[in-house]
Formats: sequence, C-alpha cells, structure tokens
Amino acid sequence: MNELFVILVSTALVNNFVLVQFLGLCPFMGVSNKLESAMGMSLATTFVLTLASAASFVVYHGLLVPLDVTYLRTISFIVVIAAVVQFTDIMVRQLSPLLHRVLGIFLPLITTNCAVLGVALLSLNRELDFLSTTLYGLGAAVGFSLVLVLFAAMRERLAAADVPSPFKGAAIAMITASLMSLAFMGFSGLVQG
Amino acid sequence: MSDAFSMVGLLSAVGVLTALGVGFGALLGAVNERFKGDDSSLVEQIDALLPQTQCGQCGYPGCRPYAEAINQGDALNKCPPGGESTITALADLLGRAPEPLDGEATDEALVAFIREDECIGCTKCIQACPVDAIIGAAKQMHTVIEDECTGCDLCLDPCPVDCIDMLPRRTPLEQWQPVTRPPLVIASDRHPKETPHGSHI
Repeated sequence: MNELFVILVSTALVNNFVLVQFLGLCPFMGVSNKLESAMGMSLATTFVLTLASAASFVVYHGLLVPLDVTYLRTISFIVVIAAVVQFTDIMVRQLSPLLHRVLGIFLPLITTNCAVLGVALLSLNRELDFLSTTLYGLGAAVGFSLVLVLFAAMRERLAAADVPSPFKGAAIAMITASLMSLAFMGFSGLVQG
Repeated sequence: MSDAFSMVGLLSAVGVLTALGVGFGALLGAVNERFKGDDSSLVEQIDALLPQTQCGQCGYPGCRPYAEAINQGDALNKCPPGGESTITALADLLGRAPEPLDGEATDEALVAFIREDECIGCTKCIQACPVDAIIGAAKQMHTVIEDECTGCDLCLDPCPVDCIDMLPRRTPLEQWQPVTRPPLVIASDRHPKETPHGSHI
C-alpha cells in the first residue's frame, strides 16, 4: 500500500513528466492559454493516460510476451493509445459537446502526446505489475494536470500583465515554464525512486 | 540472414498488429454506434438562450436556424431582440468573446409606438408581432404593450397607413442603474491613460 502511494507521489511530483522529464510539452504550451480549456484538457489526458497505461500493460503481457514479439511494443502501444483517444473523443462529444468544441483539435492530438507513450514504455522498463502500472499512469496524469492548470492560471495573469515587449507572448511563457521546472526540482529529495 | 528470418516470427508479428487493429476498430465502431454522437444538444442550449421571437432579423428564418448557424461558427451579435444580455450569455456558453450588437448603431433599445388616432384597426401589425405585444381588435384602435415589445420593427412593414414609429425606450425608474466602475484586479488592468508615466502600453 505504502509502495503504491510512493509510486503515485513520485510520478506526480518528483519525476513530473512535463517539468522534470520534459515529455508532453506540446499540449503544455498549446492548451495553456485559457484555464477552462486547460482543465478540460487535463481531465481528458488523465482519462487517456490511466486507461492507456492499463491497456498497454494488458496488450504487452497478454499478447506481445506470449507470442514473443515484444519488439512491436512501440507500434502496438501507439495503436492502443489511438484507440483510447478515439474512445475518449466519442465520450466527450457525448457528455459535453461544449468541451469537445473548446478542446477541438487538441483532443485527437492526445494521441501524439509523448507523455502517454512515455508512460507506457517507462512503466515497462520499471517492470511494474498491473496495479502499479495503472497508478503510474494516474500519477503521471495527475502531475500533468497539476502543472497544466497551474501554468494556464499563470498565463492568464501574464496576458493581463505589463510584460516588456521583447518578452511578450511565447518568450515569457517559456521563461515561466522553465522557472516552474526549476521549482519542481525542489521535490527531488521527497521520495527516493 | 536465414537464421534471423523466421516465418513464424513474421506471421505472429503481422497477426498481432492485425488483431490489434481489427480488435480496437471493432470496439470503437461498437462504442460509436452505442453513443451516437449528435451535435444537437449544443444547438438546444444555444436555442434556449435566444429570445424565441422568430423575428428573422439575424438573417435566418427563425431562432432555431440561427442557433444552428451559431453552432457552425456564425457571429453571436445578430439578435437585436435579445440585446446585450443574450450576446453575453451566448459568449459565456460558447467561451467566445462577446461582441457589440450588429447592425445600424442602435445604442438605445427601441420600442414600437402606434399613433392611435391614425390607426385604422386592420390587425395586420398584430399578426406580424412575434411576441404578441400589440393588443387591439378589428376596426378598433391598437396599442403596444411597452414591456412586451422587443423593438424588432416587424410591425412597421405590414402597416398600411404607416402609423407605427420606433421610439427610444424609456428606462423605468426601478431599472435605473448607478454608474459603477469595475474593481481593479491588478495594477496593469488600469487604462493606459491613467498610468502615471504616460501611455506606454
């Protein structure tokens, strides 16, 4: 039980996928202009990440290992992720057409969010069991959501702030992201592993 | 070369990928069939915000077609009967920026006014009024209920004697609003003119 909690905290904060491992930067910069769409994106990505890491585990250990084709893991995981994203797309369109409209192209683009594939592959390297893998995905998703929402809130304030003209737009966003990344390094001693 | 190549390995690789593709494809097809996605619920929500006067001033034959057009990306500001509050509500719903009302510069809300001594009691304006704001009967003088009138001016055209004017709406005393300024959230929200060192924003 304690070990599972450590996995959750270490993936969400210590080894945060966005700010420490630098995966999934595309939606991090792309969907953080508005807090509302950032929240929607976080929810969708959380759903996809958790489901995709569980499904990848099942496909890897149920299909690829018995047939001795583990070298196909990358392409198989991409197929799994694409299917989960498509499933999420259908569900979001059904449950909240408005959120579907706000997220727009970013919803299908979760497929190419390298954090999703990264979680599936990295959890294989760590040789986790099924529950740990799912929690690893959930922890990564919680970390992603946390920094995305924090960053979107900051960018909303930045949009209204009096930024010197050389730093306007993407420049100040990059600087803010790097400062956040520095801040997250403060978590590094929190959990070993 | 020959020992690296194995027919079984090739077949299982192709088989696994085919099975994954077909399996997930079938699953998604079933889910899509089960939850048939329709865009209509958002149209319903937009339609509920429109005033349902069916006046056609937006250029569409009614409120429902205009709701569908908004859903397809049309501008929010084409509904004079709804006015500023409808535009704000639509902008809130759709997460878009509210725009000022389209059309000629009608800063103030208008209301129809029938010059009663010229009215011949033809009832044509009554039939044209989308909100039933005109009362009267055949060969009797008609008049407009000011609170009900949306200022859509659909009654002007049918009137055979042109006895209807569009007048600026009087604001009742109980709707009077004091002029307030929004609170300043952060210092840079200030208007450029008010910055101490001149306008540099």
